Amino acid sequence: MYVEVGHYALILALGLAIVQAIVPFWGARRGDVALMQVGVSAATGQFLFVGLAFAVLARAYLTSDFSVANVAENSNSAMPLIYKFSGVWGNHEGSMLLWSLILATFGALVAVFGRSLPLKLRADALAVQGLIGAAFLGFILATSNPFWRLVPAPLEGKDLNPILQDPGLAIHPPLLYLGYVGFSIVFSFASAALIEGRIDAAWARFVRPFALLAWLFLTLGIAMGSYWAYYTLGWGGFWFWDPVENASLMPWLAGTAFVHSVAVMEKRDALKIWSIFLAILAFSFSLLGTFLVRSGVLTSVHSFASDPQRGVAILAILVFFISGSLALFAWRAPLLRQGGLFAPISREGALVVNNLLLTVACGTVLVGTLYPLALEQFTGEKISVGAPFFNMTCGVLGLALLFLTPFGFAMAWKRGDLLGVAQRLLVALVCGALVLVAWLVVGRHEPALAWIAAAIAVIVLVGTLSEIAVRILRGAASLSVAWSRARGFPLSFWGGACAHLGVGLALLGLAATGLGVEKVVTMRPGVPIQVGAFQVTLDSVTPRRGPNYQETVSHMTLRSAAGDVVATIEPSRRRFASREMSTTQAGIVTLGFGQFYASINDIDAKGDVPAQLFWKPLVTLIWLGGCVMAFGAMLSVADRRLRFGAPARARAVSQRLQEARG
Amino acid sequence: MTLLPKLALTLALLFAVPAWAVEPSEMLNDPAQEARARELSAQLRCLVCQNESIDESHADLARDLRVLIREKIASGDSNDEIRTFLVARYGNFILLQPPFKTSTLLLWLCTPLLLLAGGFVLYRASLRPRAATPALTEDEERSLDELTTEVSKDRI
Repeated sequence: MYVEVGHYALILALGLAIVQAIVPFWGARRGDVALMQVGVSAATGQFLFVGLAFAVLARAYLTSDFSVANVAENSNSAMPLIYKFSGVWGNHEGSMLLWSLILATFGALVAVFGRSLPLKLRADALAVQGLIGAAFLGFILATSNPFWRLVPAPLEGKDLNPILQDPGLAIHPPLLYLGYVGFSIVFSFASAALIEGRIDAAWARFVRPFALLAWLFLTLGIAMGSYWAYYTLGWGGFWFWDPVENASLMPWLAGTAFVHSVAVMEKRDALKIWSIFLAILAFSFSLLGTFLVRSGVLTSVHSFASDPQRGVAILAILVFFISGSLALFAWRAPLLRQGGLFAPISREGALVVNNLLLTVACGTVLVGTLYPLALEQFTGEKISVGAPFFNMTCGVLGLALLFLTPFGFAMAWKRGDLLGVAQRLLVALVCGALVLVAWLVVGRHEPALAWIAAAIAVIVLVGTLSEIAVRILRGAASLSVAWSRARGFPLSFWGGACAHLGVGLALLGLAATGLGVEKVVTMRPGVPIQVGAFQVTLDSVTPRRGPNYQETVSHMTLRSAAGDVVATIEPSRRRFASREMSTTQAGIVTLGFGQFYASINDIDAKGDVPAQLFWKPLVTLIWLGGCVMAFGAMLSVADRRLRFGAPARARAVSQRLQEARG
Repeated sequence: MTLLPKLALTLALLFAVPAWAVEPSEMLNDPAQEARARELSAQLRCLVCQNESIDESHADLARDLRVLIREKIASGDSNDEIRTFLVARYGNFILLQPPFKTSTLLLWLCTPLLLLAGGFVLYRASLRPRAATPALTEDEERSLDELTTEVSKDRI
């Protein structure tokens, strides 16, 4: 019975989303405050009902209710509780419901915390958000309903895909969706601004925290997914330029460009039309990503949950929102007033270059991902566009962008001084040059690209740190003056600095992948194998029983060059009886920022274990860098100036102060 | 959920063949030749699994190709000869880096063209004479002065 309650709640949510899409919009056109206020209640109600539907589905999963077809297909009573729960979104229907829940959550956030927003702007933004919600809720109910019953109910479920039975599934998709869907708010506000034909720095202040939040989650989601692939797939790769990965990279690139351009808009009232365009672009790519992943159009062979009918439905939603918003843009953008003059050599100019490189990279990923599909449609010719292409094109753009990053960071607004900036970055440039010298001296047999990337990473890191130091210490008479000055900087400054440090760290980790050691060997018990500075010995191979699998564990000991035991690792092969499948669990030990990584294959007839052994120096920096970037975004979100209603509160405070003084 | 199809793919392959990428038994004894083989196979697509190189793939076909490449390297073929041989057999589809030719012209030129177009637009925008910001009136100047002195007092 409760399942039908969830089903009904979803239908009610659709109804409310339709109301939310129409009534506030109409109210805004008529100037009717009461009608505009309907958006607030509708958004809150939509959130509550989608939340109820999600809770119901989660309950069905947690209690292993196999009378629900979706649960019977994707769950099993023997699974650990955490996978039962994350199994809710480990399938097409459930993941679309999660998508809608997050969409409704963001809508409700605007409704509840957006009291200080201009009424019309909020009404229009909520209407657009409602329209997106209605499209997706309608899609779920029409083609991907997770609440259908199965009669008679089976005694046992088919189990969740074993590779998805991993903590990664609990974290990665929700983070990624928070990022994807977070850009919907930015999109809704951009559409609202276009509908009204008015945009100003205040708009940027409202939208910036949402853009930063979305970017934060997308960054974490991508980093988490990359680490998941790294330890699950068994050969230490962390990025594959797979179409579905590209699908998450495109909104990230557009979103990164947006958080930079919106900063220009807020501070200097410039780049307004461009920012609106990026806002549309970021969410369009989120929709495209959803389409590519959910329809399986690009990945037809490794289809996860593809269904042509669903693909066409998502394509229709995609085309409606992208073409609709672009048409709106073409029609209304000329009405928006441009403002804010700046010289080409200035912080604004640097951010324009940043935006140029990011959007070109985004365009390259788009073309590279869709080109084989288009070419085959038009000429029947089949080609592949893989990692070498993307590494070459996006690699060059990325390195150029990162090299310029500290220059932009040190540049003054409005009119900058390139020579002065270069002088301030002298220490960083010298450090970068030293890295290249080190390459010529010690590592000439190693890949040049790895060292160039390392040099640029060092320039970013040292350049950012030295810029902070210069700003704090310049002309400061004492440390206490410097300290109070540092405390006086807005949080968004620290956030930006932190995000740049994160990018530098991630690049350093990427560069170090070129300097690692890899061994492919057959391991015999007791025979040590040299991997870089380490010695690895296979001690024994034993069977072990997990909750819903059997595994063969190889126990290995890692010793330093001096012969001391550094760590023991246990790579294993797991066999899942319910689906007759095996997975590889890598044995990983973190030493400093590097990792030792071992993955094994099935034991052979002689009792030997074929293994792939890696020493990966600084590899954890790739993901730690991602976390530092996200932390930077969090600092910026926490900036008091950017908070909703901050101006109102500040006004109230200064009024009270004046009263106290007077 | 970027990884799901990728993972599902790997899974499907595990289901089909409980083997995995580059096995010790396949490897060549000469480290230089083996390194060449690894480099080559990282640039060739596994034909049955869409987006993995044969160096990473677990599929039977990928293993056959890895062995074939190593045989050809051992018998003295150059990298180009091996690539030409494989393209003749399987088409350009096998190359993860598409060849530069008429049908891939747009693909290869998209990045420089986008950069040029963006640069051109920016150049034009910087040339366009903009309405100068009107100068402040005397009253505005005075109130600005008052405000700035007020602010600097607050700071101290």
